[in-house]
Amino acid sequence: MRSQLAHDQPAQGQPAGGPAAAARPVPAGREAARAGRSPLDEVFAAARAQGRAVLVGYLPAGFPTVERGIAAMRAMVAAGVDVVEVGLPYSDPTMDGPVIQDAADVALRGGVTTRDVLRTVEAVADTGAPTLVMTYWNPVERYGLEAFAADLASAGGAGAITPDLPPEEADSWLAACATQAIDPVFLVAPSSTPQRLRLVTSHSRGFVYAASTMGVTGARAAVGARAGDLVTRVREVTTLPVAVGLGVSTGAQAAEVAGFADGVIVGSALVRALATGDGEGGGDGVEAVARLAAELAAGVRAASA
Amino acid sequence: MPLAARPVVHTTSVGVGAGTVGAVTARPTGTFAESSRAAGAADQHAAGAAGDWSPARAAESWQAVPDTSGHFGRFGGRFVPEALFAALDELSAAYEAARFDPVFTAELDGLLASYAGRPTPLTSADRLTERIGGARILLKREDLAHTGSHKINNVLGQCLLTRRMGKTRVIAETGAGQHGVATATACALLGLECVVYMGEEDTRRQALNVARMRLLGAEVVAVASGSRTLKDAINEAMRDWVATVDSTHYCIGSVMGPHPFPMMVRDFQRVIGVEARQQTLDLLGRLPDAVVACVGGGSNAMGVFHRFIPDAEVALIGCEAGGDGVASGRHAAAIAGGAPGVLHGMRTFLLQDADGQTQVSHSISAGLDYPGIGPEHALLHETGRASYRVVDDAAAMEALALVARTEGILVAIESAHAFAGAFEVARELGPDGVVLVNCSGRGDKDVDTAARWFDLLDPDAG
Ligand SMILES: Cc1ncc(COP(=O)(O)O)c(C=O)c1O
Repeated sequence: MRSQLAHDQPAQGQPAGGPAAAARPVPAGREAARAGRSPLDEVFAAARAQGRAVLVGYLPAGFPTVERGIAAMRAMVAAGVDVVEVGLPYSDPTMDGPVIQDAADVALRGGVTTRDVLRTVEAVADTGAPTLVMTYWNPVERYGLEAFAADLASAGGAGAITPDLPPEEADSWLAACATQAIDPVFLVAPSSTPQRLRLVTSHSRGFVYAASTMGVTGARAAVGARAGDLVTRVREVTTLPVAVGLGVSTGAQAAEVAGFADGVIVGSALVRALATGDGEGGGDGVEAVARLAAELAAGVRAASA
Repeated sequence: MPLAARPVVHTTSVGVGAGTVGAVTARPTGTFAESSRAAGAADQHAAGAAGDWSPARAAESWQAVPDTSGHFGRFGGRFVPEALFAALDELSAAYEAARFDPVFTAELDGLLASYAGRPTPLTSADRLTERIGGARILLKREDLAHTGSHKINNVLGQCLLTRRMGKTRVIAETGAGQHGVATATACALLGLECVVYMGEEDTRRQALNVARMRLLGAEVVAVASGSRTLKDAINEAMRDWVATVDSTHYCIGSVMGPHPFPMMVRDFQRVIGVEARQQTLDLLGRLPDAVVACVGGGSNAMGVFHRFIPDAEVALIGCEAGGDGVASGRHAAAIAGGAPGVLHGMRTFLLQDADGQTQVSHSISAGLDYPGIGPEHALLHETGRASYRVVDDAAAMEALALVARTEGILVAIESAHAFAGAFEVARELGPDGVVLVNCSGRGDKDVDTAARWFDLLDPDAG
């Protein structure tokens, strides 16, 4: 009997020019002055020059309303967040824990649309901070991936993180990102094999998103011990900066992660701050976001790398 | 194009006529083993066949899809977080090794025969045929399989595979509860820990099955997020899996999800059609004109269709749940009312809004109440090899009552959708025709819903 272990082989019969052929051509037209360096490249290079890690903050668009969401994101930039991830609220967030699920629910019940997400990107990118969209794949496909890439670029977006779009399925998306000179960011996980680390990092631009633990989003008491290992393994296969996400919620944790990674990504903790304000005091959510962002920003500067 | 490998000639006795007994004695020893060998032969031919699948080609080589990366034409694939890739690769490798391992196939075929009660009979539904006044109606009796539906076929395969991979915990989603019950059953049999995720709404609709699962030692988790039905149970199961994948297998209950699930579940369900085809030949000396099945995720339909795909003269007809009618917007007909998109790890037809948000499905049948459909059905639809009809709640319930009164078989509400579709087909075919209906499950779990629908409860009895 013939061995059937054929799944290890590269995909056959994919559309012309498989993933390997989709390497980014020179960014066309837009912001020629960038000379091939994207806003994300610049921010990571600048932070490296300062001997610190980049702080990436996530909030979903439309939570609790589009305008309040924008205010919170702008406030976190003012408080020291370097890069913003604008979440696109989705009906089936299989990679998110309860905090982000609930926020997406509120946003969707409030009627948030993909256009609102792009409007949010525009308002946040206006601060000068590189602004990405973080989205499940189906809303992009439904919008039309070329149109989405074009509208994201014209909103001033720096790129998009697509956690359920693996590079194998991303040929058209990679081409659209290249055309619009935006950065596609893919994820690696503690379970990624060396071959997959090479595949994923070879298609990422701007930075590589390293999920620190096996699990969904949510603040954790301890950032996974596997995160450091993962960063080491990623650095063996790429020169791209590595940002670590999943579980970071305090300045101390940010400092710890900044000790071994190029970037620290914080999501659920910021969402919770926006949702609950200062807790008992019932303080304003936007102020709570700014306060936490300032604590985290101090954290990424405190690390002795 | 080289000539296709023909499916292996079916030398195994798989039940004769409507009898329950079909000794599985001759070598090769059973239908799964037999399917695997035939698949192996066809796969050699099919290597690199992505994208050029066609009915004609399928007729040559019925295992030509999916391609090695799990695509059924433009459908299927793997749209999952990176964290799950290693587990999906491990599962693919374990499955590819197991399906050609005589030890594995013998164990599975042994359990299917001695534990699940296979082969299930083929019943000639004579009073129903007379009543409908069209083609002769034959029933493939998956309702008589252990646990009361076809779901056991898949679950025994996946749970044996779980043990083979050295994992000790199994999680599953369930809608009607039939897949959850089957999984709880197989886990009890094989000594595996079992957790079943079920939408809160479904735990109410199918309370009896919740109790059954708990009796079998499973933990049932009621999922209160989203629409509180099957799609949300799947979301929660995926969240569990990504955090526990080292020790846990996610036993998906239909021909859906990321590769290799749609292919693997189809292969485990394929026994339905392999048996039914031979039983029909034994009974009538001819093939049916049409094979009809209900479609939720699509596993009982793929199971009964697959062996018939090369038989170009046999129409394959899936029945989607129409709820209050497609025009009402309250339905679960992914092909009739949806558009291609990505959900739960696969590209397929989906109910979705203009922004790509999943729309909530509606059906009186919890097992069909899902906004997507397995990717191979999407391909069969696009190529025209199968066609899909819509059966609404009212038509299904009417069929359920008619089958009960004329044949003495209380079918699941899911299966009743297939019957309602088959009645139409039987009338279209006329008296010379033969229509094979997959009776995917029994209706005990639905007595409460049916009693309310037909107002059969004594008002004083509460
Ligand atoms: C009896 C029965 N038939 C059909 C289905 C639908 O599933 P599928 O389309 O995968 O066969 C279910 C699901 O719960 C079921 O219980």
